[in-house]
Amino acid sequence: MRLKKYQKNWKASIAFTITSAISEYMPFNMGIVELEEMALRCRINIIKMIHKSQSGHPGGSLSAIDMIVGLYGTVLNIDTSNPNWKDRDRFIMSKGHASPAIYSILNEFGIINEKDFMSFRTLGSICQGHVDMKWTDGVDFSAGSLGMGLSFGLGCSFAAKLDNSQRNIWVMVGDGETQEGQLWEAIMAADFHSSGNLKLIVDRNGIQNDDFVSKQMEVGNLSKKIESFGWEVTEIDGHNMEEICGAIKWANDGQERPMAIIANTIKGKGVSYMENNPSFHGKAPNDEEYHIAMEELS
Amino acid sequence: MSVPSEGGASRDGYGNALLRLAENSDVVVLEADLGKSTKSCHFRSKYPERTFSLGIAEQNMMLVAAGLASSGKIPMASTFAIFTERGFEQIRNGIARPCLKAHICGSHGGIHTGSDGSSAQSIEDLAIYRTLPNMTIIHPADDISAEELTMQVVDLEGPSYMRTIRNKVPRSYSEETKNELKIGKGSLLRDGNDVVIICCGVMVSKSIDAAIILEKEGINAAVIDMHTIKPLDEQMLDLWSKKCRCIVTAEDHSIIGGLGSAIAEHNSRTNLVPMEMIGVKDRFGESGDSEELFKIMSMTTEDIVKAARKSISRK
Ligand SMILES: Cc1ncc(C[n+]2csc(CCOP(=O)(O)OP(=O)(O)O)c2C)c(N)n1
Repeated sequence: MRLKKYQKNWKASIAFTITSAISEYMPFNMGIVELEEMALRCRINIIKMIHKSQSGHPGGSLSAIDMIVGLYGTVLNIDTSNPNWKDRDRFIMSKGHASPAIYSILNEFGIINEKDFMSFRTLGSICQGHVDMKWTDGVDFSAGSLGMGLSFGLGCSFAAKLDNSQRNIWVMVGDGETQEGQLWEAIMAADFHSSGNLKLIVDRNGIQNDDFVSKQMEVGNLSKKIESFGWEVTEIDGHNMEEICGAIKWANDGQERPMAIIANTIKGKGVSYMENNPSFHGKAPNDEEYHIAMEELS
Repeated sequence: MSVPSEGGASRDGYGNALLRLAENSDVVVLEADLGKSTKSCHFRSKYPERTFSLGIAEQNMMLVAAGLASSGKIPMASTFAIFTERGFEQIRNGIARPCLKAHICGSHGGIHTGSDGSSAQSIEDLAIYRTLPNMTIIHPADDISAEELTMQVVDLEGPSYMRTIRNKVPRSYSEETKNELKIGKGSLLRDGNDVVIICCGVMVSKSIDAAIILEKEGINAAVIDMHTIKPLDEQMLDLWSKKCRCIVTAEDHSIIGGLGSAIAEHNSRTNLVPMEMIGVKDRFGESGDSEELFKIMSMTTEDIVKAARKSISRK
């Protein structure tokens, strides 16, 4: 029998998240309002860089950004002046096409700057089309091929245990990505190896490349499925910063079992004509659309 | 099975090397339910805390290796050569592209694997991994050289793929001559100036046998064990193709894309000397004894002898 040591309910920990004084587990310990402001700035920069390069993936960047801000702004233990610090927490962006979200957060933490992200997708830029650890400081994985990130995270989690390190390994995947068989290999293996330092966030925006997930190949009740593989799972509104912070703290603290957060999100969140619109998975806004987006976000 | 009672299988060399490498606490072993076959099982028995069993799930294993390597560990992941291929794109995008120091061993390579039949006989692994930037590709001849080359793999600056063999073959190396082995440098096993036989894996001992037969005909054949298929020892190639002015290649692998192809690519850019290739000629294997299979595929010692005569006649 497995001990259900950790509350499934994120609400139990939320009071602590919001009110607590600086904790060693919350290096940035930002408040909800600050986080929401940061997320808004990130959204603006996501649109800016994609508009500038006239290519990239706005939909999945905008759906993921609140979770990413919530993570970096609270528990993710990194050293912004030394992004390669060996004992940092890892953030593995498996849905690597949502790279603008990552570049926007690295900009917020001063690891890259506006000049860097405005060169997104151009020759020689450190901001490659898909996030790549070989090109960008602060990026922990070379992504682009869906389905691989959780396996990589599992390797990082083994290494952390061998090093007797407290570092946590966070992995974000898309819901379309859960159609990849390799992801379930990793979910099964993480249970067997009791990888409590491994944390999975599923960006459940209901849209993949061609169309809605429900039309391409519905993935069903992910919470139940992942839970049946032995994980602790909670489900939240992935755009509600309070819920996000609560769930992140819950997952951060749970160290017995691998922990998963299913974040129900809206693809393209924040830009009216992109919201829940499959055609903005991998399409840049034109000039007119860009101005509408900027108005809506400011 | 008519395997020689003397000799060694390269998979045993790999297993021995893992035990020796264990001294370095960063070395970890990954398995996909074939540790008894690839011989990582010995490491597992002695160092269970550093051995990760990932089940029959090769794609996951490749990225777990990458994650470990990115965190400073030295992962040694093995399964059958053929099943590493299921994770080809994982190796490509997850290991080779970010140039992570993860080392993959595919055992039971080639048709030499025998009676398991074509599904287990990888005849294309060297070809597919050779196309990946950053990868070092190694295929040792026997247990002694496999052990020595595995010891060196961990010092590489990037990832590697090593193909080992299930069955025992006559040894081409001894405890003394193994010291001359170096990744990226071909090993001259026999001097000669009429033809150079460049070979790898189980074809090395056959090539030496062929050279002995040729000597009786007054033909001096040099034999080079080109255990490192990539990076190819081009300097040595140039030297010996100039000296002998004709080449035979021999490998237990498809003639499309393997050692012979690598040498032909170089030869076509440089010295252009006649060349004959021994290998699997664009077909799958089947069940049978290794030697029977080599016979029906024209890959015996006698076939190497014939290829040498033909290559010489084309000078
Ligand atoms: C293995 C693989 N197959 C296909 C693709 C092409 N591709 C890029 S994004 C995408 C859809 C991803 O959908 P989802 O995981 O739901 O991400 P999100 O909606 O959050 O952007 C596809 C099919 C890929 N990158 N990798």
